Amino acid sequence: MTADLRRLGVVDLARHYGRRKALSQINFACEAGQILGLLGPNGAGKSTLLNILATLLTPSRGRVEYGDREAFEGGADTRACIGMLGHDLFLYPELTATENLTFFGQLYGLSGVPARVRTALETAGLAERADDVVSGFSRGMRQRVALERALLHDPRLLLLDEPFTGLDQASTAALVERLRERQRAGCLIVVATHDLDVVDGVLSNAVFLRGGRQVSDPGGEGGLRERYKRAITES
Amino acid sequence: MKGFCRVVWVVVRKDLTVEVRSLEILSTTIFFAVTVVLMFSFGLVVEGRPLEDVAAAILWVAIAFSGTLALGRTFERERQNDTLRALLLAPADRPALYVGKLGGILLLMGLVELVLVPLVGLLFAAPIFDQVLRLAALLAGGTIGFAAVGTLFAAMLVRARSRDVLLPVMLYPMTVPVMIAGVRGTAALFQPTPDVAVAEFWIALLVFFDVVFITLALWTFEPVMTD
Repeated sequence: MTADLRRLGVVDLARHYGRRKALSQINFACEAGQILGLLGPNGAGKSTLLNILATLLTPSRGRVEYGDREAFEGGADTRACIGMLGHDLFLYPELTATENLTFFGQLYGLSGVPARVRTALETAGLAERADDVVSGFSRGMRQRVALERALLHDPRLLLLDEPFTGLDQASTAALVERLRERQRAGCLIVVATHDLDVVDGVLSNAVFLRGGRQVSDPGGEGGLRERYKRAITES
Repeated sequence: MKGFCRVVWVVVRKDLTVEVRSLEILSTTIFFAVTVVLMFSFGLVVEGRPLEDVAAAILWVAIAFSGTLALGRTFERERQNDTLRALLLAPADRPALYVGKLGGILLLMGLVELVLVPLVGLLFAAPIFDQVLRLAALLAGGTIGFAAVGTLFAAMLVRARSRDVLLPVMLYPMTVPVMIAGVRGTAALFQPTPDVAVAEFWIALLVFFDVVFITLALWTFEPVMTD
């Protein structure tokens, strides 16, 4: 059975570490085919929220809904539909790019792993470095391999934590195009980022966070950066 | 079951490939274990004669210390690039991930013991070839019990700041029964006339401990890894 990821709902979500409130009173919803931005300064709770959405962290209060089902009820079925690119890249530096992708492909129980891996590395523009160990790659190259790792199983929900870190202009443009392509394919994408200029015009919706609390989107004139400034400073 | 075995094999193979590339854990663990045995031999072997009944204890001390080192380093590797989170995010049975990590650690500890046992036999004049199968059963039983608990604790502590301190603090008290069984059973086999009945009693007890520890670890791995 596969999880229903046509709709993501976050209802009164809170996460505490002892007495410290990492997140509280978070509410939002989005639909398949949308790109949602999680925007906020360092320590705002973006990564914690992504980990909860990935079912790697349990909320202290509230719930995450995928379709009409609570996220944690789905277990492995839900996880099979989620692709995540973390701030740390989830790659083994001692393994080659091919070995890394093959390992995760086999772990996910995918069929036709060698062909998928070949296609993924071609898409990342790393076909010629396929048999080089990842520790010899630049940050940007590792980021591209990590993105392919997150997309290898064709996830319906894509969670990206600072995906533009270390990418040059061409790679950033390629990633934006990749996100749009996944969006057109009906994928639900959540991006936590500080690169406001890059995602301006890409996001369907944005959730602004400060100190673990959701702050309202001020809307109005100007680009995303201006909205962000107003949201974070005026809240 | 097929999916479970596939995940176990994929994780073990990945750990072995990483270790073959770096040889980091194997070399440091063997070096550490050999150093421990040599240090004891300087103090406890007088004029070529070891003190009575020390060989078994020294063998298990070296196994426990080097095993702790291997456990810590294995999970440190998963922490550095947050790959443990990637493993947990996969739609694989979480107990299969545990068994895969356990398998990799057992292979590493087995290789260390292949060096350690002959060294203890040589330096402490221990009759390691007299009861080879029973000695192997004791080593296997003790190593599985120690690694079963250690793998669970090392995985639990991977995000703890003081994990290097906490791992032995939590692991050694829990594995005291395994260590006692290992030392007493091995000491029975290292006597001039091996006490086979006593050794077999401790082997049976180790099998019991292993079953209990692995069952508990399989049962608790998923909840403890979901924070």
